[in-house]
Amino acid sequence: MNDAPGFFDELSGFGEGPRGPYADYCSWFERQDPARLRRKAKEAEVFFRRTGITFNVYGQQEASERLIPFDIVPRIIAAREWSRLTRGIEQRVRAINAFLHDIYHRQEILRAGRIPVELIARNEAFLPQMIGVSPPGGIYTHIVGTDIVRTGEDEFFVLEDNARTPSGVSYMLENRETMLQMFPELFSRVPVREVGDYPKMLRRSLAACAPAACTGKPVVAVLTPGIHNSAYFEHSFLADQMGVELVEGDDLRLVDGRIAMRTTEGYTPIDVLYRRIDDDYLDPLNFNPESMLGVPGILDAYRAGKITIANAPGTGIADDKAIYSYMPDIVEFYTGEKAILKNVPTWRCSEADSLAYVLEHLPELVVKEVHGSGGYGMLVGPAASKREVAAFAEKLRAKPGNYIAQPTLSLSTVPVMTKAGLAPRHVDLRPFVLVSPDRIQITPGGLTRVAMKAGSLVVNSSQGGGTKDTWVLEE
Amino acid sequence: MLVKIRHSTEYHYDQPVPYGLQQLRMVPKGSAGQKVLSWSTSVEGGRKEVAFTDQHNNHVELLTIDRGARSVTILCEGEVDTADTVGIIGQHGGYAPLWYFERQTPHTRAGAQVRQLVKALGKDFDNDTARLHALSALILRTVGYEIGRTDFSTSAEQALETGHGVCQDHAHIFISAARLLGYPARYVSGYLVMDDRVDQEAGHAWAEAHVPGLGWVGFDISNGVSPDERYVRVATGLDYREAAPVSGITFGGHTESMVVHLQVQQ
Repeated sequence: MNDAPGFFDELSGFGEGPRGPYADYCSWFERQDPARLRRKAKEAEVFFRRTGITFNVYGQQEASERLIPFDIVPRIIAAREWSRLTRGIEQRVRAINAFLHDIYHRQEILRAGRIPVELIARNEAFLPQMIGVSPPGGIYTHIVGTDIVRTGEDEFFVLEDNARTPSGVSYMLENRETMLQMFPELFSRVPVREVGDYPKMLRRSLAACAPAACTGKPVVAVLTPGIHNSAYFEHSFLADQMGVELVEGDDLRLVDGRIAMRTTEGYTPIDVLYRRIDDDYLDPLNFNPESMLGVPGILDAYRAGKITIANAPGTGIADDKAIYSYMPDIVEFYTGEKAILKNVPTWRCSEADSLAYVLEHLPELVVKEVHGSGGYGMLVGPAASKREVAAFAEKLRAKPGNYIAQPTLSLSTVPVMTKAGLAPRHVDLRPFVLVSPDRIQITPGGLTRVAMKAGSLVVNSSQGGGTKDTWVLEE
Repeated sequence: MLVKIRHSTEYHYDQPVPYGLQQLRMVPKGSAGQKVLSWSTSVEGGRKEVAFTDQHNNHVELLTIDRGARSVTILCEGEVDTADTVGIIGQHGGYAPLWYFERQTPHTRAGAQVRQLVKALGKDFDNDTARLHALSALILRTVGYEIGRTDFSTSAEQALETGHGVCQDHAHIFISAARLLGYPARYVSGYLVMDDRVDQEAGHAWAEAHVPGLGWVGFDISNGVSPDERYVRVATGLDYREAAPVSGITFGGHTESMVVHLQVQQ
């Protein structure tokens, strides 16, 4: 097992040999025939093709649907590590919900001068239609996918708070399913916590957020933009696993004061809509009138308390990358505690001093668009050519407020199976958080994304990243 | 003044409408110097689905058009007791922060024309209200009142280019310029009692600017005055779009026509 020098490898630390959480796995692995494992890796691919998990890649016309590479070596997290992570995530998610309520009501955090007014006032993610709106149960972010990176034994950072419509949970579930099929014997040797009840938990958590208008058992549905969306598989998969309807905008209408879906028995009112459509496309009457995907009047029904929309419209103001840099203050303001999980130091290019620093140190930094996602439109300084850096500097000077910069983190590595045996690759982690009025649940595990190219720090699936099963060990 | 209003809005479609929604902002506000004594909204050819209060404290009702309907009639009737507050609405309230009213919209975005107007206004004024009254007068001089030269989609810039417009255009130009000058400003849609007639062709529109010390102050640019007891405030917003009496969305290949009957009297 070879290690990239200077990076923390989750299997072997800084080269000390197998760390505790991997001990059971390693003793199993050493007795495996490498040829058999390679065969298993191929089988896994077939398994994925059969279940139909593919991913549409934007900007690549040929091969617009392809498989995300799956690696058969699990990423393993000890119970102690997990418990600290979950405390940190829970604290952060509570703070985000409190922040969202505040920012759409009294704006105490602005009055207190803890974050600059312009940051909200000039922010496109701030949704005026949400001013004064209190969502059912007080929950704004029903589903959060907090991106975590690790740089050392006890060094965890939050990279992004995905508080709008985080995707990827179907990979978490399919990855586990695949591993259970490939290596059933492993799961009897290693005490791995279950993730398979996520759809059940999701359904319960959503149902617990039903609006006052709901009488009887809450009706939940998943709203998808349709088959051409890159995450359509996940939308249909989750609806299927939860045992609820998958609907498109066209299927929904306002009937008897409720948003209702067309069924074989006529229109049925929906209590909780898990929408996988961006705010802008959600309601052509109230937002983008050109949207053919949304449900006209759904925002009116929402504001009248007749339906729960998960996540709430306007949550983007909490996971905006410029707001991110204030998260430690936000956590402290609303919880009265220091943030348990660290933020990555962030330069806001809107500030002149920061911009100057960033321009001078571009080759060392990662620069991201404030509203970007999916690894598009970003610069990874150390991996970029001189020409790319120069071109990016131009974009940065033209619209500095559009960018933030962060140091290039030494992301931890986990081995992947290659033709030449195990080799370290950089990873991140997206645990999935479910928020309901009475509790916050974090599925033990999450989606581990892995940069399949040696040395690469970009794990996004749209940029050629792969995934791994993520194991959280029992106490 | 006791103001009686009867306002009917009819939409006619040349083919049956399979599905459609109308969002109404037609209930007068219970605000400074104004008390709604009675009010009713009735609908023919459609039904009220939900009601809520929006970020501008407007009372909003959403109705669906009856399936296959060829016309919808919305009838608003009621009485409002008004008082003269010399145009002053007073201190800002509600959750919508004042900075929100500094945001330009596609209707109010200030371009070369609005900038030119603000430049022509000059700088030498005793106080904020004097400056804003001068702005109001300058707009009326620059853009004469004339029906038919602009429509509901005309922006402040376009109206200035056209050189003619109606109360909606005057309000948009005023709001655009006021925001450029640093005043939070908003659009008001409502009713005006006219001295010489009861029957009117449409509701009225004016603007409000937030002046330090006084709070919100109204300016009826088209009539060159601040609103008094003849004015009934109905809905407010950043621009016409946010305060429009009716915003609708209909499906199907029909064409639509609208007939308004409005009576405003003492």
